[in-house]
Amino acid sequence: MNSNELLKNWYVTNFKTFEDNLNGESKSKFHQVRKDALSKFRELDFPTLKDEDWRYTNISPMLNYNFRQPARVKIKNEQIEKFLFDKKDFITLVFVNGYYDETLSSIPKEVKGLTIKNLSTAIKENFNITEKYLARFALYNTNIFTALSTAFLKEGAFILVEKNSVIEKPIQILYVTATGENVITNPRNLFVVEENAQVKIVEIHKSLEENLNFTNTVTEVIVDNNAVVEHIKLQDENLRSFHVSRLEVDLEKSSNYSSYNVSIGAAISRNDSNARFNDEGGECTLNGLYLTQGEQLVDNHTMIDHAKPHCNSHELYKGVMNDKSRAVFNGKVLVRKDAQKTNAFQENKNILLSEEAIVDTKPQLEIFADDVKCSHGATIGQLSKDALFYLRSRGFGEEFARTTLIYAFASDVVHSISIPEVRDRLEAMLAEKLLKQKETVSLITE
Amino acid sequence: MSTEVNEIEELANREYKYGFVTDVETESAPKGLNEDIIRLISTKKEEPEWMLEWRLKAYRHWLKMTEPTWQNVNYPPIDYQDAIYYSAPKMKKVLNSLDEVDPEVLKTFEKLGIPLEEQKILSGVAVDAVFDSVSVATTFKAKLAEEGVIFCSMSDAIKEHPELVKQYIGSVVPYTDNFFAALNSAVFTDGSFVYIPKGVRCPMELSTYFRINAANTGQFERTLIIAEEGSYVSYLEGCTAPQRDENQLHAAIVELVTHDNAEIKYSTIQNWYAGDVNGVGGIYNFVTKRGLCKGINSKISWTQVETGSSITWKYPSCILQGDNSIGEFYSVAVTNNKQQADTGTKMIHLGKNTRSTIVSKGISAGRSNNSYRGLVKINKKASGARNFSQCDSLLIGDQCGAHTFPYLEVNNPTAIVEHEATTSKIGADQIFYLNQRGLATEDAVNMIVNGYCKEVFNVLPMEFAVEAQKLLSVSLEGSVG
Repeated sequence: MNSNELLKNWYVTNFKTFEDNLNGESKSKFHQVRKDALSKFRELDFPTLKDEDWRYTNISPMLNYNFRQPARVKIKNEQIEKFLFDKKDFITLVFVNGYYDETLSSIPKEVKGLTIKNLSTAIKENFNITEKYLARFALYNTNIFTALSTAFLKEGAFILVEKNSVIEKPIQILYVTATGENVITNPRNLFVVEENAQVKIVEIHKSLEENLNFTNTVTEVIVDNNAVVEHIKLQDENLRSFHVSRLEVDLEKSSNYSSYNVSIGAAISRNDSNARFNDEGGECTLNGLYLTQGEQLVDNHTMIDHAKPHCNSHELYKGVMNDKSRAVFNGKVLVRKDAQKTNAFQENKNILLSEEAIVDTKPQLEIFADDVKCSHGATIGQLSKDALFYLRSRGFGEEFARTTLIYAFASDVVHSISIPEVRDRLEAMLAEKLLKQKETVSLITE
Repeated sequence: MSTEVNEIEELANREYKYGFVTDVETESAPKGLNEDIIRLISTKKEEPEWMLEWRLKAYRHWLKMTEPTWQNVNYPPIDYQDAIYYSAPKMKKVLNSLDEVDPEVLKTFEKLGIPLEEQKILSGVAVDAVFDSVSVATTFKAKLAEEGVIFCSMSDAIKEHPELVKQYIGSVVPYTDNFFAALNSAVFTDGSFVYIPKGVRCPMELSTYFRINAANTGQFERTLIIAEEGSYVSYLEGCTAPQRDENQLHAAIVELVTHDNAEIKYSTIQNWYAGDVNGVGGIYNFVTKRGLCKGINSKISWTQVETGSSITWKYPSCILQGDNSIGEFYSVAVTNNKQQADTGTKMIHLGKNTRSTIVSKGISAGRSNNSYRGLVKINKKASGARNFSQCDSLLIGDQCGAHTFPYLEVNNPTAIVEHEATTSKIGADQIFYLNQRGLATEDAVNMIVNGYCKEVFNVLPMEFAVEAQKLLSVSLEGSVG
């Protein structure tokens, strides 16, 4: 038995314990899905560099650990306050080590048209919805990480926005890993936004300590006719951890979905963001930003499936790589037969700051319809000499001119976020990451 | 609209213009592939011992390899034992002039519009005509010899210049490179050999017309071009093939080497038989082409116009090893009916200040699939490297597909790599504009497509540019969407 098999067996054995702790829920109808996912997990293999989708991302360091199921821990509000936006202005869900923490969360008594709760509660109370959507979009039969997530599916955020409801307050979801080394969490989100409804969601992944953990998250978003969703994901886990994330978006008629995916933390992180137009007139924006240092590896895979005509998609992914870090981008746009009048634009821009940083990018178009406008562009380079000269001629020091330009390059991605607090926080964070001197931080952000 | 559709169908049904079979007696080896066949090929060609050893090593390596499956093309599995690996027109003696060439062969060339005599007189192009794997006529040898240029068939080169062949063969494409390269190395029967000595600018454009004849014969050409310090050569390769029912495999290898300050310009027009409307028959064009810019300031430029073959699968590449070396790739790939193309280039930047340009124009019509697949790799030590890539796709009709798979791997912070790709169709307004000015829809499409490909045609040698435009209109006639 090779190590791959041993590792899979480890999770299969853990599943038994997991099952026993479900407290009778294992008799529910949904449990069959978990069992199916587990059997798929057994059949599938962990990807290697020989798999085209993983050819630049070596996950073997992740396979050296037997990640354990997390323990429930209590943490204080002060410990996580800094990760969160003001609870007065946001509807807040907090998960510690993957478990919903009611005391740290803050959900207003009644928001018209909004159902927000822990997914495990929703599986019981909102069975019709979960039955219809959960694990229906993030298919687990080909992706081993999704299979693993689905087998251990228990807690996560469930958001249902009813027809014609506009949720004014943005929702923030914090996933924080606390004590415990080599712990795996499988946060699972299901967002269902019904006809003409609107919602803004911020998802934050943080670690409280420097433990080596593994976050394997899956999110499914259903955007019904004319609905509008803005979804921001900030991944800022500690630099020892591993993060694997999958996003599946289903866009119905004339719906609008925009995603901002910011990756700063984790030793190895991999994001699969997939959107599919299931009806005409949809609009989809996938934006991403990755900043890496040390020996980090960040891998972003996006796929936009233009299955129906008259849809627009926009993609902008930008990255700044320092030290020995490595970034991978793979953006796929698929325009199916008969998806006429499609507009699809994709851009990937990278800046390498050091000798040993590496970028591998593969923007990919697959087009089967003729009346379309599709373009993609990818650039890898450095700061423009002219721009640097301009700033220096105006009295900027070399270092400061350089960081100012990098900041301008990176902040471009988050500019169009519509929640001012989130935008400001991200911009400040960027400035802090990029500029070493504190005084310059305030100079720029002011 | 319906008249247009009819027009499309009518034109799509048009028979392959160059589809005819020359009736020349051929001497063939028995079907199948084994060490004995390789020994037979080697003996027939009167090769030295080391060549045979090399072939056998390649064959033994090939046996260990499996056929690749990652490509975006589909074809039924090839039975490598069901092909003939050696066939040569029967010749009674060594030929000195064109008069001695089999009149049937000459007639074939005449039908193709490239009679040797005319070529000789009008274009000043030396022609090394490969007719079923064996060179039948070589012209302008004397003039080239004056300059010290060696331009001969590969088999002659092995006999006459073994030291050069031994030094360079497999140095750019080793037999371990890929499945088809190994196969070719084992069984290659002919091809061209060019050697340009130091400081010589080749006085004429060198050209080889390949032609597949004799049913069931795979063509395994091997071309090797060496440009010594400060030399220049422009090499043209063009092909047409007669109609066949069975698929024919064409797995050639082209190796280019440029030393300091040398330049090789390699142009291809490929118009093998593309199969009928349903994609039956047609050539499989699986070729490994690679150039090594070995010296400083050297340059290799690939230009290709691909209109034929049922499957085109090749990536003419440049390894930019010398500092300041330049690699270029200009390509027009047209697919119609059920043709498939998966083509592009690889630019491997190893030396400092190396530059590469990629311009790829894909045109898909009918029910065809056209893919661009390219790799730009900037090595850690290639500081100051620069790449610009542009790959555009044009779709004609709603049954076809266009795909782009660019791979950019950058390992050096001083590199600047840019990639752009667009996909579009011929606008109804553009057609209307030209219709309005009295051009028939078909001519309008031709004009627009020619304009679209202009960037590539501009870098083709004159004689080829004319032929390319003609080919393009033949391949695309009537496919107005």
